[in-house]
Amino acid sequence: MKYVDEYRSEADAKKFVAAIHNITTRPWTLMEICGGQTHTIIKFGIDELLPKEITLVHGPGCPVCVTPLELIDKALEIARQPEVIFTSFGDMLRVPGSNTDLLSVKAAGGDVRMVYSPLDAVKLAQNNPDHEVVFFAVGFETTTPPNAMAVWQAQQLGLTNFSILTSHVLVPPAMEAILGSPHNLVQGFLAAGHVCAVMGYWQYPPLAQKYNVPIVVTGFEPLDLLQGIYMTVKQLEEGRAEVENQYVRAVTFDGNQPAQKLIGQVFEPTDRPWRGIGPIPASGLKLRPEFTAFDAELKFDVTGITAGENPVCIAGEIMQGLKKPHHCPAFGKECTPEHPVGAPMVSSEGACAAYYQYGRAEVRIKE
Amino acid sequence: MGATCPIPIDEYPTVVMAHGGGGRLTQMLIDKMFVPAFGNPALAALGDGAVVEANGARLAFSTDSYVISPRFFPGGNIGSLAVHGTVNDLAMCGATPLYLSAGMILEEGLPMDELWQVVQSMQAAAAGVGVPVVTGDTKVVDHGKGDGVYINTAGIGLIPAGVNVSPERARPGDVILINGDIARHGIAIMSVREGLEFETTLESDSAPLAELTARILQTAGEQVHTLRDPTRGGLASALNEIAGQSRAGIRLVEADIPIRDEVRGACEILGFDPLYVANEGKMVAIVAREAAGEVLATMRAHPLGRDAAIIGEVVADHPGRVFLRSRIGGLRVVDMLSGEQLPRIC
Repeated sequence: MKYVDEYRSEADAKKFVAAIHNITTRPWTLMEICGGQTHTIIKFGIDELLPKEITLVHGPGCPVCVTPLELIDKALEIARQPEVIFTSFGDMLRVPGSNTDLLSVKAAGGDVRMVYSPLDAVKLAQNNPDHEVVFFAVGFETTTPPNAMAVWQAQQLGLTNFSILTSHVLVPPAMEAILGSPHNLVQGFLAAGHVCAVMGYWQYPPLAQKYNVPIVVTGFEPLDLLQGIYMTVKQLEEGRAEVENQYVRAVTFDGNQPAQKLIGQVFEPTDRPWRGIGPIPASGLKLRPEFTAFDAELKFDVTGITAGENPVCIAGEIMQGLKKPHHCPAFGKECTPEHPVGAPMVSSEGACAAYYQYGRAEVRIKE
Repeated sequence: MGATCPIPIDEYPTVVMAHGGGGRLTQMLIDKMFVPAFGNPALAALGDGAVVEANGARLAFSTDSYVISPRFFPGGNIGSLAVHGTVNDLAMCGATPLYLSAGMILEEGLPMDELWQVVQSMQAAAAGVGVPVVTGDTKVVDHGKGDGVYINTAGIGLIPAGVNVSPERARPGDVILINGDIARHGIAIMSVREGLEFETTLESDSAPLAELTARILQTAGEQVHTLRDPTRGGLASALNEIAGQSRAGIRLVEADIPIRDEVRGACEILGFDPLYVANEGKMVAIVAREAAGEVLATMRAHPLGRDAAIIGEVVADHPGRVFLRSRIGGLRVVDMLSGEQLPRIC
């Protein structure tokens, strides 16, 4: 398949693997930010091909994983309302709240629908004026522009029966939280290519400088990741800490400016709690005051719901690169994709799901 | 089995969609509830159909219900699918399909013209494979209590002498073949689902496989160990079932599995793994290594097997598990699908 197979060539992968082996002289710990990158690494067995000195740890870039438990509980509460059509991307449907998940609310009679774009939810609101249509708007800078567009369109259309339950989060503050932690192990970052396609990478040079850490904007195909790893290791070995762009076919320094402008029109920065990690200052986005009519949390009065995490789950440590999924005592035992204890076991981007689904621990024994 | 429900109800107090998805939860219902409840050897074999004996003849007996939405899709409709699906289940038992039944569950308000289209295409499909619908039943449910039309078909077929296929017969050294590209049916359906219409010329691969299996069995006889149509849950689920039932391991080579570019592209966009996407005209044949070349040639000589390929082998290593060598040379496990495949956020 054109534009995909070029980035999955076994011959080229071997060249990069050999090049990485050639330049590596010391142990290095790199973090890929995005869960999509984690899945490529595990699905294609990239980590198995690297020199043993290189450790890849898996970052917090999984929207499903970092959405706070109490927000899921709020979603469940709203979805149970008889007048509500609750819409969401597919992989949020299975994330467990404190007691249940959206698929179970659907099974019990709630009108929960999977959509592929928030604009489809706006369309649903137009076509169902006697229902309240709520869209579960979570995710990073990648999903923010379409959600901003949905709210903006709903306002233009004068819709009063559309709202979003939102918990948008931002990558750079999370990177800073990881780097600023006294326990930090991460020496180099593979930045999330898709986030940078929207935001550019103008936010990263101050981080690279302040924490003396190389940051390489990296894509999602196997060769992208191998090249990103090569570029990061090369910087580390040469004692450089710069921002470089591996994903040149999709990312520019400035990013998608109309998208950034729209985000700024609809949302504003706010402190956000990250599931498993805790509160990070100015790490999220909330609706600006002129759009609060579209805020489902206010509309349905669920602001008072709070929730406590299952203490067994070590998702927070995994997403900060301190531990790996199979280090968790619950991994593959009480926590499986059928019975996820924590969100990283649910999402198609969660590190735990990747380790479980692709049998990472088993493969290691076999090879 | 006692009076208490064998499904842990604190985990699943109600049925969820994934219980019908062909993956792990379906498996749990079958293993924990249905098989113990109905306990008998023919059921416990868990083939695509049951193999039973009557008066010295070996019969294959299978049933399947069709609830697909939308009812009409590129490459077929619920009527043709209801015939092909059950005929294929019989074929995977190594049987020559003989007769079908049709149970129609109709929703009040279904346009008569639509029903007629469905029935006509059922008839065309049945005539095409020479398997008549010889008995049937009609029920109508209140408006809002069905989805237009549900169809159950059951079929019986005769297993010729010298044919012995079952999942347990897959053994280390065997070669795994497939008759063509995977995941087309599931993606064709997705392309017309409400909320996800995307433009494609892709059609479902829905097709009757009995003639193809008959030729394969004529070619290789008892050297054909296992046949399976990877429908719901896709190739991955079918091979996991076989690995579990044969207690052997399975190794696949990703680059050798045929898949069309349009299908791969759609899967990339949706975040689906094509190994788990449904097929309706595909069959996996697991055959003795010395017969593999002949079976491949036989498949390729048939219109439904033109793109047939050898995609892997049965191994003694990792019994019960399916491993896959990735395109760049890494190795990973291909597990049973857990829950439904859900499109990802970004």
